[in-house]
Amino acid sequence: MLGLLLAGFALALLTPSLHRRLPGATPWLLALYPLCLLLWLAVQAPTVLGGQAVRSSVSWVPALDLHLSFSLDGLSLLLAGLICGVGALILVYAGAYLAGDPLAGRHHALLLCFMASMLGIVLTDDAVALFAFWELTSLTSFLLIGHEHESKGARRAALCALLVTSGGGLALLAGLLLLAQAAGSPSLSAIAAQGEALRAHPHYLPALALVLLGACTKSAQVPFHFWLPAAMVAPTPVSAYLHSATMVKAGVYLLARLHPALSGTTPWLLCVGGIGGLTMLVGAALALGQTDLKLILAYSTISVLGLLVLLLGLGTPLALQAAATYLLAHALYKGALFLVAGAVDHETGTRDLDRLGGLRRAMPAAALAAALAALSMAGVPPLLGYLAKESLYEATLGAAGWSVTAAAALASALLCAVAAVFAWRPFFGPVPAPAPVPVPVHVQAQAPHRAPAPLVGPPLVLAAAGLLLGALPGLTAPLVSAATSAMLLRPRQVPLALWHGLRPPFLLGLLSLGTGLLIAAATVVQDERGRRRLVRLFRFSWARVDRWGPARLYEHALSGLFALARWQTAILQSGQLRRYLLIVIATAVGLVGFTLLYLDREDLRRAPGIGWPGARGLLLTGLVAAAAFGAARAQSRMAGVAALSLAGTGVVLIFTVSGAADVAMTQALVETLTVIFLVQVVYRLPRLSGPPAPAADVVFAALGGGLMTALLLAVEAARAPRTISDYFVAQSQTAAHGRNVVNTILVDFRALDTLGEITVLTLAGAGVYALLWLRPSAEGPR
Amino acid sequence: MDALMAILVGVVFACGFYAMLRRSIATLIIGLSLLGNAANLLVLTAAGLRSGRAPLVPPGASAPAPPFADPLPQALVLTSIVISFGVLAFGAVLVQRVYDMLGAEDVHGLEETET
Repeated sequence: MLGLLLAGFALALLTPSLHRRLPGATPWLLALYPLCLLLWLAVQAPTVLGGQAVRSSVSWVPALDLHLSFSLDGLSLLLAGLICGVGALILVYAGAYLAGDPLAGRHHALLLCFMASMLGIVLTDDAVALFAFWELTSLTSFLLIGHEHESKGARRAALCALLVTSGGGLALLAGLLLLAQAAGSPSLSAIAAQGEALRAHPHYLPALALVLLGACTKSAQVPFHFWLPAAMVAPTPVSAYLHSATMVKAGVYLLARLHPALSGTTPWLLCVGGIGGLTMLVGAALALGQTDLKLILAYSTISVLGLLVLLLGLGTPLALQAAATYLLAHALYKGALFLVAGAVDHETGTRDLDRLGGLRRAMPAAALAAALAALSMAGVPPLLGYLAKESLYEATLGAAGWSVTAAAALASALLCAVAAVFAWRPFFGPVPAPAPVPVPVHVQAQAPHRAPAPLVGPPLVLAAAGLLLGALPGLTAPLVSAATSAMLLRPRQVPLALWHGLRPPFLLGLLSLGTGLLIAAATVVQDERGRRRLVRLFRFSWARVDRWGPARLYEHALSGLFALARWQTAILQSGQLRRYLLIVIATAVGLVGFTLLYLDREDLRRAPGIGWPGARGLLLTGLVAAAAFGAARAQSRMAGVAALSLAGTGVVLIFTVSGAADVAMTQALVETLTVIFLVQVVYRLPRLSGPPAPAADVVFAALGGGLMTALLLAVEAARAPRTISDYFVAQSQTAAHGRNVVNTILVDFRALDTLGEITVLTLAGAGVYALLWLRPSAEGPR
Repeated sequence: MDALMAILVGVVFACGFYAMLRRSIATLIIGLSLLGNAANLLVLTAAGLRSGRAPLVPPGASAPAPPFADPLPQALVLTSIVISFGVLAFGAVLVQRVYDMLGAEDVHGLEETET
C-alpha cells in the first residue's frame, strides 16, 4: 500500500511539467490515478466486506519500533472509496474550472499530494505515520487555500487554517504518543484492542483531551470552526474536495478509529457529544444567515460535521451505523452542491444568492444536479440522505432521549431549509431585478452561459450516486455494515431499507422536512419586507455573535504573538555589543550554574583541594593572572599589548612544565607573531580611553570566570579514563611511523581537521588582506 | 596544581570578559586574545594537566615510557592556538578598519552605522 501512496506523490512531482506540455489532457490523465486506486479497492472489497482487514507493513525506523504498517478495514474502505471516487471527479472538474489559470499545474499537483496524504490517514495503522499524514494534509490544505497567493485575504485565510489545524495536529501527536505508551504499541489496531485497559489508565483523560483537540480543529468543531468559512477563498474544487468531502472528515475518522479505545466513558459522552451537538446547531443556524453560496455550504458542512461527532459521542451501534451512513451521504451531496456552486460562479461571475435567479434555462444540468443533491440533503426518499436521516433519528431515539432528538430534528429542519433555498433560488427563483444601487462591474452577474460538460458532469455523477445508493439500499448496506463493524470491533449487519413502517423516525423526518420547507418558504417568500426581517434575524444576530466569537480571539492571539515577538526582539537584539555579551554571560552562568549547583553537587564536593602547588606553580599562575589583569585594565594601547604578551609568555611556560613541548613551541611562535602584528596596527587602533566600567560589568565578568572555575573543578572530580589517547599512543609508531604522538595525531590521524584549520587560517588571511589593502574608491567599489 | 589551574582559568576568563565589556572597541581585541588563552588552558587542564614528559616515542621503542602527558588535548590546543591567532588578526584589522571609516571608539557608536 505504501507503493500506491508514493505513486501519488511521484505523480504530483511530474504534474507541473506534464501540465505545461498537455494542459487540456492533464486532468484526465491524473484522474486515472484515483481511478486505478478505486479499482484496487474494488478488488480488495470482497475480503474487507467479509470482515477481514487487508494489511501490509514496511519497517520504517526499526530502532524506535516504528513500522509503516497499513490496514484496510471497513471504515478505511468507506473513506478511501470516497477519497478516490470524489477525487477523480474533482480532478476532471478542476481542469475545466481552472482552464487558463497559469497556476493550474501547481494546483493539480497539490491536489494529488493531498489525495495521497489523505489516503495515508485512512489507511495507516501506525500512530506516528497517522500524525505525519495528518500534518501533510494540513500543509497541502494551506497551499491550496492560498492558491491565489497574491491576494492578502487568501494568504490570511490559508495561514489561519494552517495554524488552527496544525496546532491541533501537535496536540494530536502528544495524545497519540500517550495512547501508544499506555497501550505499549504505536499500532492503532493494538490501541483499539486495548480499550478496557486504556480507559482505566491514568493517561486516559489527558490523551482524550489532546486527541479531541486534534479532531475538533481538523473537523471545524465549535469553537475552532472559524477557519472553515474563511477557507472558502480557495478555488471551488478545493472547497468541495478538502473542505467538505474529505479532509474535514479526518477528525471524524480519527474519533471513529479510536472509538473502541476511548469511548464509553462519561467524559467521552459529555465532551464529544456536547461539542458535536453544539457545532451541529451553531453551524445550521449560521448557514441560514448567509447569502454567499459557498459560505452557506461551509456552515452547513460544519453543522453536519458536528452531527457526525455527536453520533460518535453517543457511541451506540445504532449511532455508529448512522454516522457511517450520514458520512457517505454528506460527502456525495455536499460535494455535488459545492461543484454546482462553482459552476454557477464560473458561468455568472457571482455567488451571491441575491443576484442569482432563473438559471434553470441556461444551466439545466446544473439545476438537476443541485435539485438531486438538495433533495438528498433535505432527506427526501428515495435518496441516500433519507436513509441517513432515518438512521440518525433511530440512533438518537434509541440512545439519548428526547432532548438530543429534538436538537437533531431542529438542525435537520434548518439544513433542509438551507437545501431548499440553495436549490430553489438560483435556478428556479425569479430573475433578480437590477440592483438599485449600481454595483461595480466585477461583482455584477454576467449573462449566464451554458457550462461546459466537465463542470456539470461531476456534480451530476455525485448527485446520481446519492440517488442510486439511496434507491438501492442493498448496495449501501454492506459498506455501512463493514464500516460499523470496524468501529465496533465486532461484526454487525446494518439493515438499511427505504421503508421501515410508520415509526417515529419516519414521522420525525416528515416533521423536520415540513418545518424546513416552511422556514425556506419564509426566506424566499416574495414579500420583500417579511423576508428581509427574517433573514436579518438570522444573519445579523448570528453574525454579531460570530464576530465576537473565536475568530476574533484568534486575531487577538495572533497580533499578541507578533507584539511579543517584537518586544523580545527589541530586548534581546538591541544592536549593542555590550548587551549581547551580558546576555550571553548571564544565560551561560544561569543555566550551567543551575545545573552545577542542583544536579551535580556530589561532583563538586569531591573536587580536589588546592593542596600545595609548589613555588613554581604559584609563580607561573600568579604571573599569568597578574598579566591578564593588567591587560584587561590597561589604559594605554601599548601597555595592553605588553600585558597581553606577558600573559601569553606565562601560558607558554605553563605548557612547558606540563609536558606539552609542541604546544609551548607553537604558542611561543604565535605570541611573537601576535606582538609583531599588534605593534604594526596598534597606533592605528583607537585609544583605550572610555568611561569607567560600571560595577555590573565587573560582577558579570567575575561570575563568568567563577563559572569556568566551577566547571573545571567539576570536570576534575569526574574524569573519564583516556581511552582515545591510548589508541593514538599505541599506533603512533606502528601505524603512522612518527615518534611525536602529538604530530602524528595532527597530520595523520586527524589530518582532515588540520586541513580545515589551514582553510580557516587562509580565509582569515584573505580577510586581513582585503581589509588592509582593498578600499572602496570614492567613485564606488573597484 | 589542578585546583590552582582551575582558579587561574577562571581569572583569565573573567579578565577576558571584562575587557570585552569595556566600551572601547580596541579592548575587544585584548579580550578576545585573553579568552583564547583561557580556553586553551581550560582544555589542557580538563584533560588532566600534570607534569610529565612530552609524549615522544624513544628510538627503538613502540610507545613512550610513562609517565607522559596526554597527547590528545595537546593536539586540540595546537589547532586552537593557530585558529585563535587567525581570529585575532582578522578582528584587529576589522576593528581598525571600522575605526578608520566610522571614527567610532565606543561600541555604542556602532549601533546605527549602515554604511
